[in-house]
Amino acid sequence: MKKNNKDIALSIKGIYKDFLLPHERKNSLKEYALHFSKPSYEKQHALEDISFEVQRGEFFGIVGRNGSGKSTLLKIIGGIYQPTKGSINVNGTLTPFIELGIGFNPELSGRDNVYLNGAILGLTRKETQNKYQEIVGFAELENFMDQKLKNYSSGMSVRLAFSIAMQAHNDILLIDEVLAVGDERFQRKSLEVFEQIKKEKKKTVIFVSHDMQTIQQFCDRAMVIHDSKLHFIGDSARAAMEYKKLNFPDTVQEITSDEYDSSRKDQRQGTGRARITKYEVLDEKGKQDNIISFGKSFSIKFHYETYEDLDNLVFGVSIKDKDGKAIYGPNTKETNEKINFKKGEHVVTMTVNENVISPGVYVIEAGLFDETQTICHDYVKIKNAITFVGLERHGYVYVQPKWTIE
Amino acid sequence: MTELIKNYFKPSNISLIRELVASDFKLRYQGSVLGYLWSLLRPLFMFGVLYIVFTHVIRVGDKVPYYPSYLLLGLVLWTFFIESTVGGMNAITGHGDMIRKVSIPKYLIVISTMLSAFVNFSLNMVVVLIFMIFGHVPFTLTILLAPLVIIELMIFNLVISFLLSALYVKFRDLSHIWDVVLQALFYAAPIIYSLAIVPKSIIKIDAIDPMTQIFQDMRYLMITKKTLTSEGVFHSLVGLIIPLVIIAAIGLFSVWYFKKSSPKFAEDL
Repeated sequence: MKKNNKDIALSIKGIYKDFLLPHERKNSLKEYALHFSKPSYEKQHALEDISFEVQRGEFFGIVGRNGSGKSTLLKIIGGIYQPTKGSINVNGTLTPFIELGIGFNPELSGRDNVYLNGAILGLTRKETQNKYQEIVGFAELENFMDQKLKNYSSGMSVRLAFSIAMQAHNDILLIDEVLAVGDERFQRKSLEVFEQIKKEKKKTVIFVSHDMQTIQQFCDRAMVIHDSKLHFIGDSARAAMEYKKLNFPDTVQEITSDEYDSSRKDQRQGTGRARITKYEVLDEKGKQDNIISFGKSFSIKFHYETYEDLDNLVFGVSIKDKDGKAIYGPNTKETNEKINFKKGEHVVTMTVNENVISPGVYVIEAGLFDETQTICHDYVKIKNAITFVGLERHGYVYVQPKWTIE
Repeated sequence: MTELIKNYFKPSNISLIRELVASDFKLRYQGSVLGYLWSLLRPLFMFGVLYIVFTHVIRVGDKVPYYPSYLLLGLVLWTFFIESTVGGMNAITGHGDMIRKVSIPKYLIVISTMLSAFVNFSLNMVVVLIFMIFGHVPFTLTILLAPLVIIELMIFNLVISFLLSALYVKFRDLSHIWDVVLQALFYAAPIIYSLAIVPKSIIKIDAIDPMTQIFQDMRYLMITKKTLTSEGVFHSLVGLIIPLVIIAAIGLFSVWYFKKSSPKFAEDL
């Protein structure tokens, strides 16, 4: 595929960015005067050898975990940071902002903020004047422009910011997680704007997000940045997969012996007469995968090693969200399961026929107790143990109701 | 060269300065006359105190014709210098949020803080003119040259702001140091006293201080031809040229330092 030079909107070649982190931060003249010694620095590589090209009219996604370097990359593309090494070629004008509503002042009226923010985005006063009606109209804030911004709801000011940003006359847009703004109606409207931009193929959009669904929906191509390096570049669906793999590297998590460490009480408690050695999450096909789709069946297998004969045990599982709120907590006593473990290895499998839990990353806690549930033999807490994916809904669980309207 | 200048003064840059100054003005005087009165209070209050001290206690003002206008003009010019350099020092750090998120020419922010102080200064100058009318100061045509000296002061304020704003990003105790320097400068320049009472041995040193030259020239042009100016001390234009050279030298260094450090502002903030 031979590309004309003119078709390339952005070309990044061998970008490196190092940050010098001083061991002691000196930010006063006094400290400089008192300590003559040259300050020692630690070099932190924020980006290493990043090269890519974005074509004109392309929707290009950048994904990566927090701290992977994607924000640094965005700031370098936007001209906010200077790269340590490497070159950036921008063919056309570029929106130099990475966030919405920069310079918004709560004490100023909506109108004043439009002009101020417009000027920051490189619009002249006249251009803002010409586009003013369109901006206000799109934000649906015609009746609020003379009010101070501090009286706006957060959704209103974000809507205003988004509308101004869309009017910045630039060939390349840098967008950092801004699609999820405003209420649902406004979100739909802004998505329509993106669809429109996409169809016109005039503007190039570089889009940074954690939301794989939007990346896959809009972006033609995407790149994954991991540990400051370019991990993957190509088709956005593949990129989304690569990103998922990075986030949940093991579908099976071994619980290693060093977690017996008594100092880590938060993770492991109990008499120690039995120990979980391993757990695995299986999807509906019985394949190891700790990413479970909504509505599908899944099972979790807990491998135990018991060090003596234990009878009449009760096994319980608790699935908690990251704030520690229990979402689901079944145990074997509820259905009077008999658990009698001889010394040796055993497996407890819990199968759920239909997953109704909201999307998210969850903690699994598992405990083995005696029949009175007062003595605990082993209790583990496994962080990021299972990920549920699916449509975002209200609440922790979703069971489709049957509606009757009379 | 013309390309370069065109680039510096392109419409979007002018618009940005305009919006920054306008929003600063609105925030300061938000719909109230009182807002402006408050900012006028500082030079007027100082004026009141100093006027009483120097006409009734120490009596240095007795020999100076039109001393009230003379003193007030000096204080208003001095207030402009303080407001614009202190504002200038905070220009970059105060806009840290913006600088970290958008790539805009940083010098525009420094220029806009100077212009904000200038707006205030212009309003204060109206008060000075009113004082002059009530003080029966004879108006002469030389007053038309005063804007040239004001432009000199604006440039002086600006170059100092460039240096301070860039240094302040790295050295956060600069504000304390600058406070002390301002105190020294206040007494070094003939703001409350007249240059004529400075001893012969050091008068030439005092006269080459750009502040001295600016204050005395302004008073000469606006209030009384009896004002001893820097040019008067040297009996030649040397008294004007040396301060201008000093401003130019500070300017070259400031602009060089600002240009050198501005690409890293976003990281250092």
